[in-house]
Amino acid sequence: MSFLRRRKGTDSSKSQNLRCNIVKEDEKNNLYESPRKESYNSKKWSCWDSCCWFIGFVCSVWWFLLLLYNTMPASIPQYVTEAITGPLTDPPGVKLRKEGLTVNHPVVFVPGIVTGGLELWEGHQCAEGLFRKRLWGGSFGELYKRPLCWAQHMSLDNETGLDPPGIRVRPVSGLVAADYFAAGYFVWAVLIANLAQIGYEEKTMYMAAYDWRLSFQNTEVRDQTLSRIKSNIELMVATNGGKKVVVIPHSMGVLYFLHFMKWVEAPPPMGGGGGSEWCAKHIKAVMNIGGPFLGVPKSVSGLFSVEARDIAIARTFAPGFLDKDVFGLQTFQHLMRMTRTWDSTVSMIPKGGETIWGGLDWSPEGSSFNCGAKTLRNNSINNTDQIPNINLANMKNVNYGRIISFGKDVAEAHSSKIERVDLLQDSMKADMLANLTNCDIWIEYHDIGDHRIKAAADYKVYTAGSILDLLHFVSPKLMARGGAHFSYGIADNLDDPKYQHYKYWSNPLETKLPDAPDMEIYSMYGVGIPTERAYVYKVTTATDCSIPFQIDTSVEGGSEDSCLKGGVFSADGDETVPVLSAGLMAAKGWRGKTRFNPSGIPTYIREYSHAPPANLLEGRGTQSGAHVDIMGNFALIEDIIRVAAGATGKELGGDHVYSDIFKWAERINLQL
Amino acid sequence: MASNFLRLRKPYYVESTINCSSSSDQKLVNLSFGIDETRNQTKKRQAKEHHGRRSCLDSCCWVTGYLCTTWWLLLFLYHCCLPFTVVHEVPELMPAARLKREGLTGIHPVVLVPGIVTGGLELWEGKPCADGLFRKRLWGGGGFTQLLKRPLCWLEHLSLHNETGLDPPGIRVRPVPGLFGADYSAPGYFVWDVLVKNLAKIGYEGKNLHMAAYDWRLSFQNTEVRDRALSRLKSKIELMYRANGNKKVVVVPHSMGVAYFLHFLKWVETPPPMGGGGGLGWCAEHIKAIVNIGPSFLGVPKAVSNILSAEGKDVAYFRAMAPGVLDSGTLGLRALEHVMRVSRTWDSVVSLMPKGGETIWGNMDWSPEDEHVCDFSKKRYFRLSPSDNNVNKSNAKQVFRVKDPVKYGRIISFGKAASVLHSSQLPTAVLKEILHMSASRNFTSSCGEAWTEYDEMSRESIQKIGAADKAYTATTLFDLLRFVAPKMMNRTEAHFSHGIADNLDDPKYNHYKFWSNPLEMKLPDAPNMEIYCSYGVGIPTERSYVYKLSPSNKCKRIPYQIDTSVDGEDRSCLKSGVYFADGDESVPVLSAGFMCAKGWKGRTRFNPSGINTYVREYQSKPLTSGIKSTAHVDIMGNIALIEDILRVAAGATGEEIGGNKIYSDILRMSERINLRL
Repeated sequence: MSFLRRRKGTDSSKSQNLRCNIVKEDEKNNLYESPRKESYNSKKWSCWDSCCWFIGFVCSVWWFLLLLYNTMPASIPQYVTEAITGPLTDPPGVKLRKEGLTVNHPVVFVPGIVTGGLELWEGHQCAEGLFRKRLWGGSFGELYKRPLCWAQHMSLDNETGLDPPGIRVRPVSGLVAADYFAAGYFVWAVLIANLAQIGYEEKTMYMAAYDWRLSFQNTEVRDQTLSRIKSNIELMVATNGGKKVVVIPHSMGVLYFLHFMKWVEAPPPMGGGGGSEWCAKHIKAVMNIGGPFLGVPKSVSGLFSVEARDIAIARTFAPGFLDKDVFGLQTFQHLMRMTRTWDSTVSMIPKGGETIWGGLDWSPEGSSFNCGAKTLRNNSINNTDQIPNINLANMKNVNYGRIISFGKDVAEAHSSKIERVDLLQDSMKADMLANLTNCDIWIEYHDIGDHRIKAAADYKVYTAGSILDLLHFVSPKLMARGGAHFSYGIADNLDDPKYQHYKYWSNPLETKLPDAPDMEIYSMYGVGIPTERAYVYKVTTATDCSIPFQIDTSVEGGSEDSCLKGGVFSADGDETVPVLSAGLMAAKGWRGKTRFNPSGIPTYIREYSHAPPANLLEGRGTQSGAHVDIMGNFALIEDIIRVAAGATGKELGGDHVYSDIFKWAERINLQL
Repeated sequence: MASNFLRLRKPYYVESTINCSSSSDQKLVNLSFGIDETRNQTKKRQAKEHHGRRSCLDSCCWVTGYLCTTWWLLLFLYHCCLPFTVVHEVPELMPAARLKREGLTGIHPVVLVPGIVTGGLELWEGKPCADGLFRKRLWGGGGFTQLLKRPLCWLEHLSLHNETGLDPPGIRVRPVPGLFGADYSAPGYFVWDVLVKNLAKIGYEGKNLHMAAYDWRLSFQNTEVRDRALSRLKSKIELMYRANGNKKVVVVPHSMGVAYFLHFLKWVETPPPMGGGGGLGWCAEHIKAIVNIGPSFLGVPKAVSNILSAEGKDVAYFRAMAPGVLDSGTLGLRALEHVMRVSRTWDSVVSLMPKGGETIWGNMDWSPEDEHVCDFSKKRYFRLSPSDNNVNKSNAKQVFRVKDPVKYGRIISFGKAASVLHSSQLPTAVLKEILHMSASRNFTSSCGEAWTEYDEMSRESIQKIGAADKAYTATTLFDLLRFVAPKMMNRTEAHFSHGIADNLDDPKYNHYKFWSNPLEMKLPDAPNMEIYCSYGVGIPTERSYVYKLSPSNKCKRIPYQIDTSVDGEDRSCLKSGVYFADGDESVPVLSAGFMCAKGWKGRTRFNPSGINTYVREYQSKPLTSGIKSTAHVDIMGNIALIEDILRVAAGATGEEIGGNKIYSDILRMSERINLRL
């Protein structure tokens, strides 16, 4: 009662006298009630108070721990780790410094796709306040805050493959561009730290950051990136006493640098006008890490249905967010629309067609890879002996050459048993009749109509050669744009003047290496991880506004060790790039003096067998062979540092091979 | 939530009403109106009492939780509402938005050259105490948190080697490259960011906008020796020139960057190995204009006080960044001594010493600013604003004019008397005596490890120098410094020179130590190039100092300090031991404007090809900040300045943007300076 009255009094601040009277009363009441009120108060420790208390408690404890952590000497975490895992080995930089290695050749890093940061220079209204903030890389905070705006700014123009009007998103420059992809997720940082140990610093290290969404030639057209790289390499050579640079491209950077080497030799206006001597004068070695020289099958599924797991790393960062359409946004479609404006994704479509990747009934890998991921690579032969029945049965049927098949039976049946309806027969007519749906999201699938979708599925099986037709078929605009910048064939005659066009420069099967016999080319990649190689697809029965194809995740192989899992056939590789793509050029295409390598540049294959991190404290591991994690592999870093400090491939130990790449290479019938 | 508020309200009510009942009517009314205010005050106390019965800890947690929650709520609201609020503010802040509508687009590539202390530094190799700081910022950005966490370690890593002026063994600290190097000097304290934003609006981006980051602690030539900074800059300019359709670049240096870029101009012409080998035509081919912002062409007096007693207020930003920590020495560290020890290893500080000696800066009895009126608080520039005429007349009488002109020429005087008396009354040539006496400097320090060079000096000589009635001009100053800091001066005089050339064709002027002194170098042969001197005026700027001996005679103390007790009469130029003149708070007008106003005007021996120069002054209006500020660093956000830069970058010439724009007395001052041209 008194409680009520008091409240009323407080609220009515106008009536002073009244209030004071009430107050006096209340005072009395208070006196009387005070014991009761006390008990009342302590009982009424309400939910809100407990919440506050709890938050306060957690915050205080957190701050306290933070304080302890900050005051703690920096070496304690190391002690803890050592206590659990035993003494740590020195990082390679420290070890090699003790051996007396010092800075010698300047190094150039060429980051791959998606690992480079992008920042906003000009945007629409919705991106206000994001000037020079990272849209890609860093925390990806904007993706969560304003996803549509983000996707809009990350897209390129659908026709030109350049900036859409009113939007300028540019690559971050400098080492910060790709040292960490997201907070705590290193890409180049470990390598940089180790190089710094033996004396490298800003003047001897250069990150050739480029906008990885553009086609390679367009980076020059829009940002003059290739000119900048050329000028920077020349500067580094000049200011470091004429020491040639060691170039370290990673992933798609490998193709980018191939393009660069041709560009720099070509005369202006298409090229950089460095002359044919340029590479010999400026480059000591090209150390390709996880290079998809011949493309990756993953890019096909990425283009086809945005389902590749690593090409669009966005998914790994927000799997729940992207998979479930909880927000009522058609996330996949948005993502697909965005990635389809990126010309660079086209650069990694498998190259060389059936000659390299295998035909309907044949593939270079054959049945030699044991897909039981848990067993060690080197034991594969023993394993097959132990469980001969199941394994052999599976292995016979792996038709890696069929990169996309519709249905499991189709994937496994012999080619003579598959009935195929010709792709282009009647579907072309249906083109223009395509029903323009009401979907507010534009993807090319909605332009092409049901006939085409059905026709595509009826063709049943696609090899590396026919996959191009398929992609042309389902996304004509992207492929038309991409076709002007990239090529996927094998050259018959490399002296044909048409190969001077820039679209061939990033395809190792359609270019000659520069005339630089002293240069060295390394192919460094991880092995021992099942890598996507071919897919089983199905046509979805969903409504109009979704992507009509999906990987048929219900398709499983016969046993645990089967190469078929969740609709994906796996082969040996580094989780993203199959060994075939990463190693073939160094193992065969460029080995010795071939038509692709007229000056006989020595090539070396350095494979790193994957060993997962022993425990959580190791983070992403120091012996990982995975596509990005390999950048923290100590053996790889040691090799790089030795070469940067002046060693040659021979001194490093030449080839270092775990996989069957040489056997596969023999099986490939490539004219050299 | 509602229940909580209700429950909270009860206790206030109780207290306020108790007061109410026991006070007079008058008070009652006040109280009732004051309830809302008292509510906040009583809140905490009441909350404490209210929950005091539980336990102190509980209520502490409760309060923390409450505050946190409120904070998060506010933060959340702020983030939600931000996009809507920002939109309205932006247009005013952006002269570029307006210019873009006029059709202006960026044509010439732009190179930004940061000044001293504004560039970020990061760690590449360090001692064990700096574990985990690899490639983290030590200076700029978040780097100053390290100052608080491990101050001694931080200072150690920022020092350079005492003998060579390069890295100490085992430590490598390098400039942060790119635009991140100097866009913000500390979080929220912009340097280049506003300009960059505006440039971006009219089409600039990474390919035609470059920040020439360099290690500002090193002497200019050493940035090339150690980091190849000059070569990189040259290569970058050449690249931008080529990649943007052979458009010449516009260079925008700030503060010390001005001297750095002068050095670059000479370096690039000089043949290797000392220079960049660009040849004589390089500048004419590649550079359209140099827009110097807040240029310290002829040095700043502040540098002197900084070297002598680490007391410069802006040159050593230390103090501005962490005033409490440095001044009070609470950590048991004598901060100023540490600062002095560190900053004396930085060669670049010496580059800011006044150049040109008595000819420029004035001697014992004469200075170019003689007629300066020190009434900064009133309308300094009343004659330029007709609307203020009425006020002027009334104010004119109040304007105090020093009968004897302020003797600005005496940059350092010991004791007030020495700064005022006529020179004939002062003892002369004392320094020479002391220098003779310095043979007996074998004095072994009883202070153990020597910290600063002062510890190696005998008490006697310190006192002799500091005895009252001595004054030093810009020329004799160097004798003083050579005496009190012989090592530093030995090291740095190989890199910098502060005189005036008699004969510029003398081959000795090919040496790099003369390149950053505009009075000892010729501008390049590039008649189409333009040079702008853009600076703020109307802010009192340190010009000369009154010093005293420190009271404490202990070891490891700086024996001199500015005599802050000395004050002039009301509105005099003397305040707390410092004589002020017109300028932008750091650089006096004299230093910033003289070269453009006279030294390079027309065809002179310093400017043989007759490069056009323009003086662009930006007047400070009282009580403005932000977009109209003209202070040394804040001027980078001045919209008038930004507009000028944008127009030049878009292709305008100096004539087109209005030629000279002068508010100060720079022309009259220049006339008085008797420099052979």
